[in-house]
Amino acid sequence: MTKRVLAIASGGGHFIQLMRLSPAWAGHQVSIATVDPSSRALVGEVPFFTFRDVSRADWWNIPAATLDIARILAAVRPQVIITTGALPGLIAATLAKPFGCKSLWVDSIANSEVLSGSGGQAGRVCSQVVTQWPHLATDRVEHWGSVL
Amino acid sequence: MIFVSVGSMMPFDRLTRAMDEWAAANPAIPVEIQIGKGAYEPRHARWVRKLALPDYQARVAGCALFVAHCGMGSIISAIEAGKPILMLPRLEAMAEHNTDHQLATAKHIGIRPGLHVAADVDDLKARASALLADSGLAPAPISRFADPAFTARIRAFIES
Repeated sequence: MTKRVLAIASGGGHFIQLMRLSPAWAGHQVSIATVDPSSRALVGEVPFFTFRDVSRADWWNIPAATLDIARILAAVRPQVIITTGALPGLIAATLAKPFGCKSLWVDSIANSEVLSGSGGQAGRVCSQVVTQWPHLATDRVEHWGSVL
Repeated sequence: MIFVSVGSMMPFDRLTRAMDEWAAANPAIPVEIQIGKGAYEPRHARWVRKLALPDYQARVAGCALFVAHCGMGSIISAIEAGKPILMLPRLEAMAEHNTDHQLATAKHIGIRPGLHVAADVDDLKARASALLADSGLAPAPISRFADPAFTARIRAFIES
């Protein structure tokens, strides 16, 4: 049974890490969402969306990003969200949760000593949170592997 | 050619300025800097605000030395291209990032072969010259994708 999957990440390292997870959703009905339109060249022949970025440093952009992400969710109607962060991935998981969409938060490999800020919040929203560092695993945050 | 990238999310003028000074001292070596949101505009090196992602990857693959902040996008791009990378971590105390996680990245990932971490701008400039003369080991080649055991667990999550 193929699933409708939304794989979503901010730009830079978040997006590059997401792309390294691509075999996970091969064969499923995947859509990709990120912030940089030029990233389209890397995703192949799948639906591709962009949204206006936001982080805690520019929190006043939350409404614009949330609006863009809500539109993407309405178009994709995902059954599963996979995100490598940052805050926009958490917004997507939060908006989709009431509609029965499950979500996986893959905390960035950049967070090697503490979970990211959004990763800490993700525990309240996402169905599963994983860290890429074995020494950060807890009973709730699992370690499944890393992108490197 | 030396390609320099400071990352796209926040300015990092300390790195841009240091490599522009290096370019002034080494006029025979072309230097191109992707300065992102920085305020300092290089006077000696070529510069660009932001390259399209395929062009950025082509620069990393084509340069003799890649110099960057200590961000995972830069590190993974260097490893995938098999290029040595010289990094200057962003510091929270200098308002270069929200946290000091780039120092943690330097400590936990910067130890891999082909990855080099500078302590400060003087160390950065000295090591850029040294690495250009002898780049040492290239990063070990890796697959285009994460460990299959990791992606298999994510697939199981999707299908459960």
